[in-house]
Amino acid sequence: MAAKAVGYDVIIGLEVHVELKTRTKLFCGCENRFGAPPNSLTCPVCLGLPGVLPVLNQEAVAKAARAGLALGCTVREISKFDRKQYFYPDLPKGYQISQYDQPLCEHGQLAIYDGRGNYVKTVRIRRIHLEEDAGKLNHLGQRLSDAAGSLVDLNRAGVPLIEIVSEPDLSSGEEARWYLNALRTVLSYLDISDLRMEEGSMRCDANVSLRPHGWAGSLGDLPRVEIKNLNSLRNVERAIDYEVERQATRLAQGLKIELETRGFDDVSGRTYSQRSKEEAHDYRYFPEPDLPPLRLEAAQIAAWAKALPPLPDRVREELKAAGLEAKDAEILVQDPSAVAYFRAAWEAYGKAVPVANWMLSDLARLLNAAKRGYGDAPVPPAELAALLTQIDRGVLSGRMAKEVLEAMFERGESAEAAIRRLGVSQISDEGRIRQEVEAVIGEHAKVVEDFRAGKEKALAFLVGQVMKRTRGQANPEVVNRLLRELLSEPVRPSGS
Amino acid sequence: MNLLELGAAALAAAVREGEVSARQAVEAYIQQVQASEPTVGAYLRLDEAGAREQAERIDQASWEERRRWPLAGVPVAVKDNIVMEGMETTAGSKILSGWVPPYSATVVERLVAAGAIILGKTNLDEFAMGSSTEFSAYHPTYNPWDPGRVPGGSSGGSAAAVAAGSALVALGSDTGGSIRQPAAYCGVVGLKPTYGRVSRYGLIAFASSLDQIGPLARTVEDAALLLEVLAGVDAKDATSVDEPVPPYRQHLDQPLPGLRIGVPAEYFGEGIDPVVQRTVEAALQRLAAGGAQLVPISLPHTPYAIATYYLIAPAEASSNLARYDGIRFGLRQPASDLTQLYESTRAAGFGVEVKRRILLGTHVLSAGYYDAYYLRAEKVRTLIRQDFEQAFAHVDVVATPTTPDLPFPLGSRSDDPLRMYLSDVCTVTSNLAGLPAISVPCGWAEGLPVGLQLIGPAFSEDLLLRAARMVEAVTERPRWPWQREEA
Amino acid sequence: MGFTVRDVRHVARLARLAVSEKEAERLVSDLNAVLTYAEQLNALTTDSVLPTFHGLGRAMPLREDAVHPSFSPERALSQAPQVKDAMFVVPRILEGDGEGGAEE
Repeated sequence: MAAKAVGYDVIIGLEVHVELKTRTKLFCGCENRFGAPPNSLTCPVCLGLPGVLPVLNQEAVAKAARAGLALGCTVREISKFDRKQYFYPDLPKGYQISQYDQPLCEHGQLAIYDGRGNYVKTVRIRRIHLEEDAGKLNHLGQRLSDAAGSLVDLNRAGVPLIEIVSEPDLSSGEEARWYLNALRTVLSYLDISDLRMEEGSMRCDANVSLRPHGWAGSLGDLPRVEIKNLNSLRNVERAIDYEVERQATRLAQGLKIELETRGFDDVSGRTYSQRSKEEAHDYRYFPEPDLPPLRLEAAQIAAWAKALPPLPDRVREELKAAGLEAKDAEILVQDPSAVAYFRAAWEAYGKAVPVANWMLSDLARLLNAAKRGYGDAPVPPAELAALLTQIDRGVLSGRMAKEVLEAMFERGESAEAAIRRLGVSQISDEGRIRQEVEAVIGEHAKVVEDFRAGKEKALAFLVGQVMKRTRGQANPEVVNRLLRELLSEPVRPSGS
Repeated sequence: MNLLELGAAALAAAVREGEVSARQAVEAYIQQVQASEPTVGAYLRLDEAGAREQAERIDQASWEERRRWPLAGVPVAVKDNIVMEGMETTAGSKILSGWVPPYSATVVERLVAAGAIILGKTNLDEFAMGSSTEFSAYHPTYNPWDPGRVPGGSSGGSAAAVAAGSALVALGSDTGGSIRQPAAYCGVVGLKPTYGRVSRYGLIAFASSLDQIGPLARTVEDAALLLEVLAGVDAKDATSVDEPVPPYRQHLDQPLPGLRIGVPAEYFGEGIDPVVQRTVEAALQRLAAGGAQLVPISLPHTPYAIATYYLIAPAEASSNLARYDGIRFGLRQPASDLTQLYESTRAAGFGVEVKRRILLGTHVLSAGYYDAYYLRAEKVRTLIRQDFEQAFAHVDVVATPTTPDLPFPLGSRSDDPLRMYLSDVCTVTSNLAGLPAISVPCGWAEGLPVGLQLIGPAFSEDLLLRAARMVEAVTERPRWPWQREEA
Repeated sequence: MGFTVRDVRHVARLARLAVSEKEAERLVSDLNAVLTYAEQLNALTTDSVLPTFHGLGRAMPLREDAVHPSFSPERALSQAPQVKDAMFVVPRILEGDGEGGAEE
């Protein structure tokens, strides 16, 4: 459960880095690709050789702007790039080209929801800026401190990133997780990033501070701890919860909170100090002279805004309006490919709720087992709709339909083909079923008597017998109805 | 015919028509390099083999191909802060000793595509930081007019090579006067184009918002011809500008009747050697006699230009020079940890002037000083720019001395950085304002050349070259040092 | 004077430049001379003046997102002083070597 700090408000802001999915890097034509052999995706520009100059990738600008617009930001018509300067072997030029005081996007917001789809709060987004990623260091040895040295791979150097900075509107690790989840969902609708935290295409730093009740000063005056490089939603929550407790404990003991940067140890679940205030940065930001200011036409920004797909908040409302429960709607909303699947199946079939029910139960189970997503489900939406239609027509019972769906999933068959191959179509023809019902009544006089004497249970036995004679294919509703009908009639002499 | 006597246009025409082979031209220049280098020291590296190879290629090409080459067979020297694939490039620094670039600068590609022959790489003050070429980590360069004096800098090697006849034309780079000041000291023509006129891709950056590559040549005509090849937008340089490139050379002799020449009070008088001032004023009078109007003007923020420049340029330099870290290329000192690697490599690789500027630049950008130094300087830069905008409402060009003095003796200023900085007083303003400026010889005093500088509005190179051609026409030039040696 | 040996040490650390005692003293006087000279800019009123950060006030051209061939690893590494497993080698990184660690 969320950590508590009695007598304090917990103040959390997140900085999220997202790698943009472009064909090429931010400032050169090298391919933007994960997993290539070391230093095989480099050129003079991203190696930072003497004499080179950056040229900005228009697709990265478009994707960053779309992210901003989807998060309700204002996209600036004039923004500029700045150099953030520090020495590290993964930073070839000795500076990172980033945006300092005129970021591409500003002043957005994001609504967050709990796991059951209930609205929690709206978090303000301070800014989104575009910048280049650094290369990758591989340490020779177990840990940085006892490594004999490190190896530098610059394939990732220059890959486009957006940094999304929230206002400090979050107040627990759990909320931080919901925020990240909501953020990831919105971005997933735009298809601008792989958003894989484990591959580093989405990374999170958390700023955590405790504010005493009745604090009159500004938030900036509170000692703030930054936790760097959190690599999963779960770890974001764990690290923040640990940090809140650590700070609360220190304060309770009368100790001070140091302004510092901390790391998170996945194994112990603890944060640890990486750098104290005494080693604070002096990044010496200044405007990047190699890149003139970026000017965007208002019409271009408007066109990007207009071309945005329906976003999660709207989709969520649509699904609820179609009759889905909040919880089910939430599960679908999280996954844009599920929403697309749902929409297609819904359109083909006509009713929303059964589609959602089948997607979230049987189809989800099959997809999970096969490690697939809705985007590449072997059963296309139209075929799920066809299957559901057969249930409505009484061709299939619910149980049969499950069996048919499995077959469709495994073989990639259409509903019709699977039904035909399995020979599982339901018998709903009353004349045919009546014959079987009459036969069963004739064979089981004793049970019939029991039923007529008031033993309701006897009916189930008789239904079972009819099903047995029809190899399970008789429509159970019809069987039930006919049994009751025939048993309520007076006993007629057999053979009449 | 002595091939050295031919101008670039004439030589290229002769090579195109097959009257002279590129190989002959190259051999003549290699011979002159060998004759002059012991006393001049203009080059850091000669590429005889590469030059001969390119000459062969030109000579073997068909007439159809050759006729498209404006610089066919023209031997060019390239300042060693401009990279050329496969040829060691050091920027005059030990930190780049042995570095062989795996790519070429856009201007080098354009030269080669125009049929030029690159003879070698010329000396410069380390990373172009200096006004005398004495801050080269390798060796000094001597003024061909007087070997006891500096050739100016930082493009001292390129200017000296042209004056010494060891290259027909040369490339320099100009951040605060580094083309024009050595051009003036060596009696040659030097042009700093409008910021963005020529691609900087492949120019080892000193101060990115001020740097420009430009031509050094014996004559205005050669400079015009070279600029035609160099100028134009480059997709690899986001600060290069997509403006049409006029046929500069073709326009050269179009007259400029009633040209209004602004003469700013701030560039004459105090701080200017009277000999230099007299020579420049006499040249202006000759222009007036030919019909030009001399208009007294004021550029009131000129006195602040040196301070502005020496805050902005080091700030950008401190950032541009962060990449020399001993990891991907260049010098690397042995070290047991990362910080030591950085600190000892950079301490061993950079010379004293470069260190001064890195530290100065780091300071003016650091927390607590940015507003007081860097930001304030960038605002004063706006004022300096506005001075020119206002002036160009009334005049076509502005004329000033290129340098406040004659070439000074080697060693006389290298221990006093501020004094050295002050000698850039006439040239830094056009870099700060992004404007084109040309230095053209306007007379000789005490046997030493004096340069006249013309500054014009953005993208007025055409006009500047024509005006400089007028100065050239009214200036009597003594025989070149290489012509005297021959005699 | 404003600029002290302590300041030199501070900026030298930021700039990752080892400076000897002798050099530091010389640098203090050199840099003080320039910084003192620069104080003349304070005579100007610049509050309402916009800064000029760029060489020329043109807008930025953008690049199409089209792939250009990269270097082979051999070429990328060809000028590196030390290479292992197709990567650039750096000596061990100590605490405080980290990004921007700024103080002595």
